[in-house]
Amino acid sequence: MTIEAQLHLQRDDFTLDATFCVPSHGITALFGPSGCGKTTLLRAIAGLEKETQGRFIIGDTVWQDETHCLPAHQRELGYVFQEASLFEHLSVRQNLEYGLKRLPAEKQRFDFDQAVTLLDLATLLPRQPARLSGGERQRVAIARALLSSPQLLLMDEPLAALDQQRKREILPFFARLHNELDIPILYVSHAADEVARLADHLVLLNGGRVQASGPIAEMLTRADLPLAHDYDAAAIIEASVSGHDTQFNLTQLTFPGGQLSVPRSGSGNGLPVGQTVRLRVLARDVSLTLKQQTGTSILNIVPVTITALNAENARQSNAQLLVQLDANGVPLLARITRKSATALALEPGKPVFAQIKAIALLD
Amino acid sequence: MLSETDMLALWTTLKLAGLTTVILLLLGTPLAWWLAHSRFRYKVIVEALVALPLILPPTVLGFYLLIMLGPNGPLGPLMQSIGIQSLAFTFTGLVIGSVFYSLPFVVQPLQNAFAAIGRRPLEVAATLRAPPIDQFFSVVLPLARPGYITAAVLGFAHTVGEFGVVLMIGGNIPGETQVLSIAIYDHVEALEYGQAHVLSGGLLLLSFILLLSVYTLNRRYRLTPA
Repeated sequence: MTIEAQLHLQRDDFTLDATFCVPSHGITALFGPSGCGKTTLLRAIAGLEKETQGRFIIGDTVWQDETHCLPAHQRELGYVFQEASLFEHLSVRQNLEYGLKRLPAEKQRFDFDQAVTLLDLATLLPRQPARLSGGERQRVAIARALLSSPQLLLMDEPLAALDQQRKREILPFFARLHNELDIPILYVSHAADEVARLADHLVLLNGGRVQASGPIAEMLTRADLPLAHDYDAAAIIEASVSGHDTQFNLTQLTFPGGQLSVPRSGSGNGLPVGQTVRLRVLARDVSLTLKQQTGTSILNIVPVTITALNAENARQSNAQLLVQLDANGVPLLARITRKSATALALEPGKPVFAQIKAIALLD
Repeated sequence: MLSETDMLALWTTLKLAGLTTVILLLLGTPLAWWLAHSRFRYKVIVEALVALPLILPPTVLGFYLLIMLGPNGPLGPLMQSIGIQSLAFTFTGLVIGSVFYSLPFVVQPLQNAFAAIGRRPLEVAATLRAPPIDQFFSVVLPLARPGYITAAVLGFAHTVGEFGVVLMIGGNIPGETQVLSIAIYDHVEALEYGQAHVLSGGLLLLSFILLLSVYTLNRRYRLTPA
Protein backbone atom coordinates (compact mmCIF):
# COMPACT_ATOMS: atom_id res chain seq x y z
CA MET A 1 0.00 0.00 0.00
CA THR A 2 1.34 3.39 -0.93
CA ILE A 3 0.55 7.08 -0.80
CA GLU A 4 0.87 8.53 -4.24
CA ALA A 5 0.88 12.28 -4.77
CA GLN A 6 1.21 14.38 -7.86
CA LEU A 7 -0.03 17.83 -6.97
CA HIS A 8 0.21 21.16 -8.72
CA LEU A 9 -0.76 24.55 -7.34
CA GLN A 10 -0.08 27.88 -8.99
CA ARG A 11 0.10 31.02 -6.89
CA ASP A 12 1.14 34.53 -7.86
CA ASP A 13 4.58 34.18 -6.32
CA PHE A 14 4.92 30.46 -5.81
CA THR A 15 4.48 27.20 -7.70
CA LEU A 16 3.96 23.90 -5.97
CA ASP A 17 4.78 20.95 -8.18
CA ALA A 18 5.14 17.95 -5.92
CA THR A 19 5.34 14.32 -6.97
CA PHE A 20 6.18 11.56 -4.53
CA CYS A 21 5.28 8.04 -3.57
CA VAL A 22 5.82 6.71 -0.05
CA PRO A 23 4.62 3.63 1.86
CA SER A 24 1.29 4.09 3.62
CA HIS A 25 2.62 3.18 7.05
CA GLY A 26 4.88 4.87 9.56
CA ILE A 27 5.84 8.53 9.72
CA THR A 28 6.85 10.31 6.53
CA ALA A 29 8.49 13.68 7.09
CA LEU A 30 8.00 16.46 4.55
CA PHE A 31 11.25 18.27 5.13
CA GLY A 32 12.83 21.39 3.74
CA PRO A 33 13.79 25.00 4.44
CA SER A 34 11.22 27.68 5.29
CA GLY A 35 9.22 28.73 2.25
CA CYS A 36 9.81 25.49 0.33
CA GLY A 37 6.09 24.73 0.24
CA LYS A 38 5.79 22.09 2.98
CA THR A 39 2.69 23.58 4.58
CA THR A 40 1.12 24.37 1.21
CA LEU A 41 1.67 20.77 0.13
CA LEU A 42 0.07 19.47 3.32
CA ARG A 43 -2.93 21.80 2.84
CA ALA A 44 -3.23 20.71 -0.79
CA ILE A 45 -3.29 17.06 0.32
CA ALA A 46 -6.04 17.90 2.84
CA GLY A 47 -8.14 19.62 0.17
CA LEU A 48 -7.81 23.00 1.88
CA GLU A 49 -6.26 24.62 -1.22
CA LYS A 50 -9.15 24.52 -3.65
CA GLU A 51 -7.17 25.39 -6.80
CA THR A 52 -4.94 22.33 -6.43
CA GLN A 53 -4.73 20.12 -9.51
CA GLY A 54 -3.34 16.64 -9.96
CA ARG A 55 -3.88 13.39 -8.12
CA PHE A 56 -3.65 12.05 -4.61
CA ILE A 57 -4.23 8.38 -3.90
CA ILE A 58 -3.87 6.59 -0.60
CA GLY A 59 -4.06 2.81 -0.83
CA ASP A 60 -7.03 2.27 -3.11
CA THR A 61 -8.85 5.48 -2.16
CA VAL A 62 -8.68 8.33 -4.64
CA TRP A 63 -8.96 11.74 -2.97
CA GLN A 64 -8.25 13.63 -6.13
CA ASP A 65 -7.53 12.90 -9.75
CA GLU A 66 -8.08 14.49 -13.13
CA THR A 67 -11.85 14.05 -12.96
CA HIS A 68 -12.75 13.98 -9.24
CA CYS A 69 -11.77 16.07 -6.28
CA LEU A 70 -13.20 15.36 -2.84
CA PRO A 71 -13.74 18.43 -0.66
CA ALA A 72 -11.80 18.45 2.63
CA HIS A 73 -14.74 17.27 4.73
CA GLN A 74 -15.11 14.10 2.64
CA ARG A 75 -11.46 13.08 2.91
CA GLU A 76 -10.83 10.68 5.77
CA LEU A 77 -7.97 12.60 7.31
CA GLY A 78 -6.88 14.12 10.57
CA TYR A 79 -5.08 17.46 10.50
CA VAL A 80 -3.01 18.88 13.34
CA PHE A 81 -2.25 22.53 12.70
CA GLN A 82 0.88 24.32 13.85
CA GLU A 83 -1.07 26.23 16.50
CA ALA A 84 -3.49 23.79 18.09
CA SER A 85 -6.60 25.62 16.76
CA LEU A 86 -9.01 24.17 19.30
CA PHE A 87 -12.60 25.40 19.21
CA GLU A 88 -12.53 28.04 21.93
CA HIS A 89 -16.30 27.86 22.52
CA LEU A 90 -16.18 24.14 23.35
CA SER A 91 -14.68 22.28 26.30
CA VAL A 92 -11.86 19.80 25.79
CA ARG A 93 -14.40 16.95 25.84
CA GLN A 94 -16.62 18.67 23.27
CA ASN A 95 -13.59 19.38 21.10
CA LEU A 96 -12.70 15.69 21.15
CA GLU A 97 -16.28 14.69 20.35
CA TYR A 98 -16.61 17.10 17.43
CA GLY A 99 -15.11 14.79 14.81
CA LEU A 100 -16.27 11.62 16.54
CA LYS A 101 -19.92 12.70 16.32
CA ARG A 102 -19.66 13.31 12.60
CA LEU A 103 -18.18 9.92 11.90
CA PRO A 104 -20.39 7.09 10.59
CA ALA A 105 -20.40 4.39 13.29
CA GLU A 106 -19.01 1.71 10.97
CA LYS A 107 -15.92 3.83 10.25
CA GLN A 108 -14.99 4.38 13.88
CA ARG A 109 -11.63 2.79 14.66
CA PHE A 110 -10.81 4.37 18.05
CA ASP A 111 -13.06 4.92 20.97
CA PHE A 112 -13.05 8.01 23.10
CA ASP A 113 -11.34 6.43 26.11
CA GLN A 114 -8.57 4.99 23.97
CA ALA A 115 -7.58 8.41 22.64
CA VAL A 116 -7.92 10.02 26.07
CA THR A 117 -5.63 7.38 27.57
CA LEU A 118 -3.12 7.49 24.72
CA LEU A 119 -2.63 11.26 25.09
CA ASP A 120 -3.23 11.36 28.85
CA LEU A 121 -6.13 13.81 28.74
CA ALA A 122 -8.44 12.46 31.45
CA THR A 123 -7.91 15.35 33.86
CA LEU A 124 -8.27 17.97 31.14
CA LEU A 125 -11.70 16.93 29.78
CA PRO A 126 -13.90 19.48 31.60
CA ARG A 127 -11.57 22.43 30.91
CA GLN A 128 -11.92 25.21 28.37
CA PRO A 129 -9.11 25.43 25.77
CA ALA A 130 -8.12 28.91 26.97
CA ARG A 131 -7.03 27.34 30.26
CA LEU A 132 -4.58 24.84 28.72
CA SER A 133 -0.84 25.11 28.19
CA GLY A 134 0.60 24.95 24.67
CA GLY A 135 1.62 21.31 25.06
CA GLU A 136 -1.77 20.32 26.45
CA ARG A 137 -3.56 22.09 23.59
CA GLN A 138 -1.47 20.22 21.05
CA ARG A 139 -2.23 16.88 22.74
CA VAL A 140 -5.95 17.65 22.61
CA ALA A 141 -5.63 18.58 18.93
CA ILE A 142 -3.87 15.29 18.18
CA ALA A 143 -6.49 13.24 20.05
CA ARG A 144 -9.28 15.16 18.30
CA ALA A 145 -7.74 14.35 14.92
CA LEU A 146 -7.33 10.67 15.88
CA LEU A 147 -10.95 10.39 16.98
CA SER A 148 -12.14 11.15 13.47
CA SER A 149 -10.53 7.76 12.61
CA PRO A 150 -8.39 9.09 9.77
CA GLN A 151 -6.90 7.06 6.95
CA LEU A 152 -4.02 9.51 7.04
CA LEU A 153 -2.85 11.90 9.75
CA LEU A 154 -1.41 15.21 8.56
CA MET A 155 0.72 17.19 11.00
CA ASP A 156 2.04 20.67 10.29
CA GLU A 157 5.04 21.29 12.55
CA PRO A 158 3.03 20.36 15.63
CA LEU A 159 6.02 21.10 17.89
CA ALA A 160 7.17 24.35 16.30
CA ALA A 161 5.12 26.62 18.56
CA LEU A 162 6.32 24.88 21.73
CA ASP A 163 9.36 25.56 23.90
CA GLN A 164 11.99 22.90 24.59
CA GLN A 165 10.33 21.64 27.74
CA ARG A 166 6.90 21.26 26.09
CA LYS A 167 8.55 19.48 23.18
CA ARG A 168 10.14 16.96 25.53
CA GLU A 169 6.74 16.57 27.18
CA ILE A 170 4.98 15.74 23.91
CA LEU A 171 7.61 13.71 22.02
CA PRO A 172 6.89 10.47 23.93
CA PHE A 173 3.29 10.70 22.70
CA PHE A 174 4.50 10.67 19.11
CA ALA A 175 6.47 7.54 19.81
CA ARG A 176 3.26 5.98 21.16
CA LEU A 177 1.30 7.07 18.07
CA HIS A 178 3.97 5.47 15.98
CA ASN A 179 4.20 2.24 17.94
CA GLU A 180 0.59 1.65 18.95
CA LEU A 181 -1.47 2.88 16.00
CA ASP A 182 -1.56 1.81 12.42
CA ILE A 183 -2.15 5.21 10.84
CA PRO A 184 0.26 6.65 8.30
CA ILE A 185 1.43 10.14 9.26
CA LEU A 186 2.68 12.92 7.01
CA TYR A 187 4.72 15.19 9.25
CA VAL A 188 5.89 18.62 8.14
CA SER A 189 9.11 19.81 9.75
CA HIS A 190 12.12 21.98 9.18
CA ALA A 191 13.94 20.65 12.27
CA ALA A 192 16.48 17.97 11.35
CA ASP A 193 16.66 16.52 14.87
CA GLU A 194 12.86 16.04 14.99
CA VAL A 195 12.94 14.28 11.64
CA ALA A 196 15.86 12.07 12.67
CA ARG A 197 13.96 11.13 15.81
CA LEU A 198 10.51 10.47 14.37
CA ALA A 199 10.53 9.82 10.65
CA ASP A 200 10.67 6.50 8.82
CA HIS A 201 10.58 8.10 5.41
CA LEU A 202 11.61 11.47 4.13
CA VAL A 203 10.30 13.65 1.32
CA LEU A 204 12.80 16.41 0.71
CA LEU A 205 11.25 19.63 -0.64
CA ASN A 206 12.93 22.60 -2.20
CA GLY A 207 11.33 25.54 -4.01
CA GLY A 208 7.96 23.81 -4.25
CA ARG A 209 9.40 20.64 -5.80
CA VAL A 210 10.32 17.24 -4.43
CA GLN A 211 14.08 16.93 -4.54
CA ALA A 212 14.17 13.30 -3.38
CA SER A 213 12.27 10.83 -1.25
CA GLY A 214 13.06 7.52 0.43
CA PRO A 215 13.75 5.73 3.70
CA ILE A 216 15.20 8.01 6.39
CA ALA A 217 18.51 6.16 6.92
CA GLU A 218 19.26 6.31 3.21
CA MET A 219 18.13 9.91 2.73
CA LEU A 220 20.27 11.22 5.60
CA THR A 221 23.41 9.66 4.18
CA ARG A 222 23.02 10.31 0.45
CA ALA A 223 25.94 12.44 -0.69
CA ASP A 224 23.90 14.08 -3.46
CA LEU A 225 21.45 15.57 -0.92
CA PRO A 226 22.15 18.53 1.35
CA LEU A 227 21.43 16.66 4.62
CA ALA A 228 24.68 14.67 4.48
CA HIS A 229 26.65 17.88 4.06
CA ASP A 230 25.12 19.65 7.04
CA TYR A 231 27.46 20.41 9.95
CA ASP A 232 25.23 18.06 12.00
CA ALA A 233 25.08 15.40 9.28
CA ALA A 234 24.33 12.05 10.87
CA ALA A 235 23.37 8.45 10.19
CA ILE A 236 20.41 6.73 11.82
CA ILE A 237 20.77 3.21 13.16
CA GLU A 238 17.94 0.96 14.30
CA ALA A 239 19.31 -1.28 17.05
CA SER A 240 17.87 -3.56 19.69
CA VAL A 241 18.79 -3.73 23.35
CA SER A 242 20.73 -6.94 23.96
CA GLY A 243 21.75 -6.50 27.60
CA HIS A 244 23.09 -4.31 30.35
CA ASP A 245 26.55 -4.08 31.86
CA THR A 246 25.78 -3.43 35.51
CA GLN A 247 29.41 -3.01 36.55
CA PHE A 248 30.02 -0.04 34.24
CA ASN A 249 26.37 0.99 33.87
CA LEU A 250 26.22 0.55 30.09
CA THR A 251 23.47 -0.64 27.77
CA GLN A 252 24.52 -3.06 25.04
CA LEU A 253 22.92 -2.79 21.65
CA THR A 254 22.94 -5.00 18.59
CA PHE A 255 22.54 -3.85 14.99
CA PRO A 256 23.33 -5.62 11.70
CA GLY A 257 26.81 -4.05 11.69
CA GLY A 258 27.81 -5.32 15.14
CA GLN A 259 27.65 -4.47 18.84
CA LEU A 260 27.46 -1.03 20.43
CA SER A 261 27.50 0.24 24.02
CA VAL A 262 25.96 3.44 25.32
CA PRO A 263 25.63 4.82 28.85
CA ARG A 264 22.56 3.30 30.49
CA SER A 265 19.67 5.73 30.46
CA GLY A 266 16.27 5.83 32.02
CA SER A 267 15.23 4.94 35.51
CA GLY A 268 15.92 1.66 37.31
CA ASN A 269 17.40 -0.97 35.06
CA GLY A 270 17.18 1.04 31.86
CA LEU A 271 15.58 -0.08 28.64
CA PRO A 272 14.09 -3.58 28.52
CA VAL A 273 16.07 -6.20 26.63
CA GLY A 274 14.71 -6.72 23.12
CA GLN A 275 13.36 -3.19 22.70
CA THR A 276 14.13 -1.47 19.42
CA VAL A 277 15.81 1.90 19.72
CA ARG A 278 16.92 4.52 17.26
CA LEU A 279 20.47 5.82 17.42
CA ARG A 280 22.04 8.81 15.78
CA VAL A 281 25.71 8.91 14.89
CA LEU A 282 27.11 12.26 13.74
CA ALA A 283 29.52 12.17 10.80
CA ARG A 284 31.99 14.33 12.74
CA ASP A 285 32.06 11.77 15.59
CA VAL A 286 33.28 8.94 13.35
CA SER A 287 36.97 8.38 12.58
CA LEU A 288 38.48 5.63 10.44
CA THR A 289 41.40 3.24 11.04
CA LEU A 290 42.92 0.59 8.81
CA LYS A 291 43.47 -1.88 11.65
CA GLN A 292 41.28 -2.41 14.66
CA GLN A 293 42.77 -0.22 17.37
CA THR A 294 43.60 -1.50 20.80
CA GLY A 295 44.59 0.76 23.61
CA THR A 296 41.95 3.35 22.75
CA SER A 297 39.28 4.87 24.99
CA ILE A 298 36.73 4.52 22.22
CA LEU A 299 34.30 1.70 22.99
CA ASN A 300 32.41 1.44 19.75
CA ILE A 301 34.43 0.16 16.84
CA VAL A 302 32.61 -1.32 13.87
CA PRO A 303 34.06 -2.96 10.75
CA VAL A 304 32.79 -1.20 7.64
CA THR A 305 33.40 -0.98 3.92
CA ILE A 306 33.94 2.36 2.19
CA THR A 307 31.18 3.07 -0.30
CA ALA A 308 32.30 6.46 -1.61
CA LEU A 309 34.43 9.49 -0.84
CA ASN A 310 32.79 12.84 -1.55
CA ALA A 311 34.08 16.37 -1.65
CA GLU A 312 32.20 18.63 0.73
CA ASN A 313 30.01 21.44 -0.57
CA ALA A 314 31.88 24.37 -2.02
CA ARG A 315 30.98 26.66 0.85
CA GLN A 316 32.82 24.39 3.25
CA SER A 317 36.55 23.95 3.40
CA ASN A 318 37.95 21.49 0.86
CA ALA A 319 40.20 20.22 3.63
CA GLN A 320 37.50 17.69 4.55
CA LEU A 321 35.84 14.75 2.86
CA LEU A 322 32.55 13.03 3.52
CA VAL A 323 33.06 9.27 3.53
CA GLN A 324 30.06 7.01 3.03
CA LEU A 325 30.38 3.69 4.81
CA ASP A 326 28.51 0.41 4.80
CA ALA A 327 28.23 -1.54 8.05
CA ASN A 328 26.72 -4.80 6.84
CA GLY A 329 23.94 -2.96 4.99
CA VAL A 330 23.56 -0.04 7.39
CA PRO A 331 24.79 3.27 5.95
CA LEU A 332 27.12 5.40 8.10
CA LEU A 333 28.93 8.66 7.50
CA ALA A 334 32.39 9.85 8.53
CA ARG A 335 33.86 13.29 8.06
CA ILE A 336 37.65 13.16 7.86
CA THR A 337 40.39 15.36 6.42
CA ARG A 338 41.52 14.94 2.84
CA LYS A 339 45.05 14.58 4.19
CA SER A 340 44.06 11.51 6.24
CA ALA A 341 42.22 9.99 3.31
CA THR A 342 45.37 10.26 1.20
CA ALA A 343 47.62 8.98 3.98
CA LEU A 344 45.40 5.93 4.51
CA ALA A 345 44.88 5.45 0.76
CA LEU A 346 41.13 5.23 1.26
CA GLU A 347 39.08 4.20 -1.75
CA PRO A 348 35.67 2.69 -2.41
CA GLY A 349 35.48 -1.00 -1.53
CA LYS A 350 38.25 -0.83 1.05
CA PRO A 351 37.45 -2.46 4.42
CA VAL A 352 38.24 -0.23 7.40
CA PHE A 353 37.17 0.24 11.02
CA ALA A 354 34.83 3.03 12.07
CA GLN A 355 35.55 4.39 15.55
CA ILE A 356 32.40 6.01 16.93
CA LYS A 357 33.09 8.57 19.59
CA ALA A 358 29.50 9.40 20.51
CA ILE A 359 26.07 7.86 19.98
CA ALA A 360 22.79 9.58 20.76
CA LEU A 361 19.89 7.43 21.86
CA LEU A 362 16.80 9.01 20.29
CA ASP A 363 13.82 7.16 21.75
CA MET B 1 -50.95 57.50 30.93
CA LEU B 2 -50.61 56.70 27.21
CA SER B 3 -53.42 57.53 24.85
CA GLU B 4 -54.75 54.91 22.46
CA THR B 5 -52.89 56.41 19.50
CA ASP B 6 -49.67 56.51 21.55
CA MET B 7 -50.13 52.81 22.40
CA LEU B 8 -50.70 52.09 18.72
CA ALA B 9 -47.56 54.05 17.83
CA LEU B 10 -45.58 52.08 20.44
CA TRP B 11 -46.87 48.79 19.03
CA THR B 12 -46.12 49.84 15.43
CA THR B 13 -42.61 50.87 16.47
CA LEU B 14 -41.83 47.60 18.26
CA LYS B 15 -43.31 45.56 15.40
CA LEU B 16 -41.32 47.53 12.83
CA ALA B 17 -38.04 47.34 14.76
CA GLY B 18 -38.49 43.64 15.54
CA LEU B 19 -39.33 42.65 11.98
CA THR B 20 -36.55 44.82 10.54
CA THR B 21 -34.00 43.27 12.91
CA VAL B 22 -35.00 39.71 11.99
CA ILE B 23 -34.87 40.47 8.26
CA LEU B 24 -31.52 42.23 8.64
CA LEU B 25 -29.97 39.35 10.60
CA LEU B 26 -31.08 36.92 7.88
CA LEU B 27 -29.96 39.09 4.94
CA GLY B 28 -26.98 40.57 6.77
CA THR B 29 -25.38 37.20 7.57
CA PRO B 30 -24.53 36.18 3.99
CA LEU B 31 -23.67 39.78 3.05
CA ALA B 32 -21.37 40.23 6.07
CA TRP B 33 -19.84 36.80 5.40
CA TRP B 34 -19.09 37.76 1.83
CA LEU B 35 -17.63 41.11 2.91
CA ALA B 36 -15.45 39.43 5.54
CA HIS B 37 -14.06 36.69 3.28
CA SER B 38 -14.25 37.72 -0.37
CA ARG B 39 -11.12 38.72 -2.23
CA PHE B 40 -13.22 40.42 -4.91
CA ARG B 41 -11.38 43.49 -6.13
CA TYR B 42 -14.35 45.88 -6.04
CA LYS B 43 -15.56 44.77 -2.64
CA VAL B 44 -14.85 48.25 -1.23
CA ILE B 45 -17.64 49.66 -3.39
CA VAL B 46 -20.13 47.32 -1.71
CA GLU B 47 -18.66 48.19 1.69
CA ALA B 48 -19.14 51.90 0.99
CA LEU B 49 -22.72 51.33 -0.17
CA VAL B 50 -23.53 49.38 2.99
CA ALA B 51 -22.07 52.17 5.15
CA LEU B 52 -23.91 54.91 3.25
CA PRO B 53 -26.95 55.12 5.62
CA LEU B 54 -24.53 56.01 8.43
CA ILE B 55 -23.93 59.45 6.99
CA LEU B 56 -26.70 60.02 4.45
CA PRO B 57 -29.49 62.34 5.67
CA PRO B 58 -32.47 60.02 6.29
CA THR B 59 -34.64 62.30 4.20
CA VAL B 60 -32.44 61.60 1.15
CA LEU B 61 -32.82 57.87 1.66
CA GLY B 62 -36.55 58.34 2.27
CA PHE B 63 -36.95 60.47 -0.85
CA TYR B 64 -35.38 57.89 -3.16
CA LEU B 65 -37.31 55.06 -1.52
CA LEU B 66 -40.53 57.04 -2.00
CA ILE B 67 -39.81 57.27 -5.71
CA MET B 68 -38.71 53.61 -5.94
CA LEU B 69 -41.71 52.23 -4.09
CA GLY B 70 -44.37 54.57 -5.50
CA PRO B 71 -46.75 53.51 -8.30
CA ASN B 72 -44.74 55.39 -10.93
CA GLY B 73 -41.35 54.19 -9.68
CA PRO B 74 -39.11 51.72 -11.50
CA LEU B 75 -40.55 48.92 -9.36
CA GLY B 76 -44.15 50.05 -10.09
CA PRO B 77 -44.89 47.64 -12.98
CA LEU B 78 -43.34 44.72 -11.08
CA MET B 79 -45.43 45.48 -7.99
CA GLN B 80 -48.60 45.94 -10.04
CA SER B 81 -48.03 42.58 -11.72
CA ILE B 82 -48.30 40.92 -8.30
CA GLY B 83 -51.28 43.06 -7.37
CA ILE B 84 -49.65 45.81 -5.30
CA GLN B 85 -50.50 49.40 -6.26
CA SER B 86 -47.86 51.11 -4.19
CA LEU B 87 -45.73 50.41 -1.14
CA ALA B 88 -45.42 54.07 -0.20
CA PHE B 89 -47.35 54.92 2.97
CA THR B 90 -47.73 51.26 3.97
CA PHE B 91 -46.20 49.28 6.82
CA THR B 92 -44.44 47.03 4.29
CA GLY B 93 -42.86 50.08 2.69
CA LEU B 94 -41.74 51.19 6.12
CA VAL B 95 -40.07 47.80 6.75
CA ILE B 96 -38.24 48.03 3.42
CA GLY B 97 -37.07 51.54 4.25
CA SER B 98 -35.94 50.51 7.72
CA VAL B 99 -33.95 47.58 6.34
CA PHE B 100 -31.90 50.00 4.23
CA TYR B 101 -31.72 52.56 7.01
CA SER B 102 -30.37 50.14 9.66
CA LEU B 103 -28.30 47.96 7.31
CA PRO B 104 -24.82 49.10 8.45
CA PHE B 105 -25.73 48.72 12.11
CA VAL B 106 -26.29 45.00 11.58
CA VAL B 107 -23.82 44.19 8.80
CA GLN B 108 -20.76 45.87 10.29
CA PRO B 109 -20.75 44.07 13.68
CA LEU B 110 -21.33 40.77 11.88
CA GLN B 111 -18.57 41.47 9.37
CA ASN B 112 -16.14 42.32 12.18
CA ALA B 113 -17.11 39.18 14.07
CA PHE B 114 -16.62 36.95 11.01
CA ALA B 115 -13.30 38.59 10.15
CA ALA B 116 -12.06 38.10 13.73
CA ILE B 117 -12.94 34.40 13.61
CA GLY B 118 -11.02 33.95 10.36
CA ARG B 119 -10.92 30.85 8.20
CA ARG B 120 -8.97 28.56 10.49
CA PRO B 121 -11.87 27.28 12.65
CA LEU B 122 -13.74 26.44 9.44
CA GLU B 123 -10.77 24.54 8.08
CA VAL B 124 -10.44 22.64 11.34
CA ALA B 125 -14.14 21.77 11.20
CA ALA B 126 -13.74 20.61 7.58
CA THR B 127 -10.86 18.30 8.51
CA LEU B 128 -13.16 16.89 11.23
CA ARG B 129 -15.72 16.05 8.52
CA ALA B 130 -18.18 18.88 9.02
CA PRO B 131 -19.79 19.95 5.73
CA PRO B 132 -20.00 23.74 5.07
CA ILE B 133 -23.50 24.40 6.52
CA ASP B 134 -22.61 22.34 9.60
CA GLN B 135 -19.36 24.34 9.93
CA PHE B 136 -21.37 27.55 10.03
CA PHE B 137 -23.86 26.46 12.66
CA SER B 138 -21.50 24.49 14.91
CA VAL B 139 -18.50 26.81 14.80
CA VAL B 140 -19.10 30.23 13.27
CA LEU B 141 -22.44 31.00 14.88
CA PRO B 142 -21.37 30.28 18.48
CA LEU B 143 -18.04 32.07 18.01
CA ALA B 144 -19.82 35.09 16.46
CA ARG B 145 -22.40 35.30 19.24
CA PRO B 146 -21.13 38.65 20.64
CA GLY B 147 -21.29 40.06 17.11
CA TYR B 148 -24.88 38.82 16.68
CA ILE B 149 -25.97 40.35 20.00
CA THR B 150 -24.42 43.69 19.07
CA ALA B 151 -25.92 43.58 15.58
CA ALA B 152 -29.42 42.71 16.84
CA VAL B 153 -29.51 45.37 19.56
CA LEU B 154 -28.03 48.13 17.40
CA GLY B 155 -30.32 47.26 14.48
CA PHE B 156 -33.37 47.26 16.75
CA ALA B 157 -32.47 50.45 18.62
CA HIS B 158 -31.56 52.33 15.49
CA THR B 159 -34.86 51.37 13.83
CA VAL B 160 -36.79 52.53 16.91
CA GLY B 161 -35.10 55.92 16.55
CA GLU B 162 -36.00 56.28 12.86
CA PHE B 163 -37.69 59.56 11.89
CA GLY B 164 -36.71 61.04 8.54
CA VAL B 165 -37.20 57.91 6.47
CA VAL B 166 -40.56 57.21 8.09
CA LEU B 167 -41.72 60.74 7.48
CA MET B 168 -40.83 60.51 3.80
CA ILE B 169 -42.19 57.07 2.89
CA GLY B 170 -44.45 56.15 5.77
CA GLY B 171 -46.43 59.22 6.50
CA ASN B 172 -48.36 59.34 9.71
CA ILE B 173 -51.19 56.79 9.63
CA PRO B 174 -52.06 55.64 13.19
CA GLY B 175 -51.87 51.87 13.52
CA GLU B 176 -50.17 51.54 10.14
CA THR B 177 -47.20 53.83 9.81
CA GLN B 178 -47.28 56.16 12.81
CA VAL B 179 -44.25 55.32 14.98
CA LEU B 180 -43.13 56.79 18.32
CA SER B 181 -40.71 59.35 16.96
CA ILE B 182 -43.48 60.75 14.72
CA ALA B 183 -45.95 60.69 17.62
CA ILE B 184 -43.52 62.73 19.73
CA TYR B 185 -43.19 65.23 16.91
CA ASP B 186 -46.99 65.48 16.70
CA HIS B 187 -47.30 66.06 20.45
CA VAL B 188 -44.70 68.82 20.37
CA GLU B 189 -46.39 70.44 17.39
CA ALA B 190 -49.65 70.41 19.38
CA LEU B 191 -47.83 71.76 22.45
CA GLU B 192 -48.71 68.56 24.42
CA TYR B 193 -45.38 68.58 26.25
CA GLY B 194 -46.56 66.18 28.96
CA GLN B 195 -47.23 63.36 26.51
CA ALA B 196 -44.05 64.19 24.57
CA HIS B 197 -42.15 63.82 27.87
CA VAL B 198 -43.59 60.39 28.56
CA LEU B 199 -42.72 59.04 25.11
CA SER B 200 -39.31 60.75 24.89
CA GLY B 201 -38.32 59.64 28.39
CA GLY B 202 -39.47 56.12 27.55
CA LEU B 203 -37.37 56.01 24.38
CA LEU B 204 -34.36 57.44 26.19
CA LEU B 205 -34.61 54.77 28.85
CA LEU B 206 -35.18 51.97 26.31
CA SER B 207 -32.16 53.00 24.24
CA PHE B 208 -29.97 53.21 27.32
CA ILE B 209 -31.06 49.79 28.57
CA LEU B 210 -30.47 48.23 25.16
CA LEU B 211 -26.97 49.62 24.88
CA LEU B 212 -26.18 48.70 28.46
CA SER B 213 -27.20 45.11 27.75
CA VAL B 214 -24.99 45.00 24.62
CA TYR B 215 -21.94 46.09 26.55
CA THR B 216 -22.71 43.79 29.49
CA LEU B 217 -23.34 40.74 27.32
CA ASN B 218 -20.29 41.37 25.17
CA ARG B 219 -18.16 41.54 28.27
CA ARG B 220 -19.58 38.30 29.60
CA TYR B 221 -19.19 36.43 26.32
CA ARG B 222 -15.79 37.79 25.48
CA LEU B 223 -13.60 34.86 24.64
CA THR B 224 -10.31 34.94 26.43
CA PRO B 225 -7.57 34.74 23.83
CA ALA B 226 -5.22 31.79 24.16
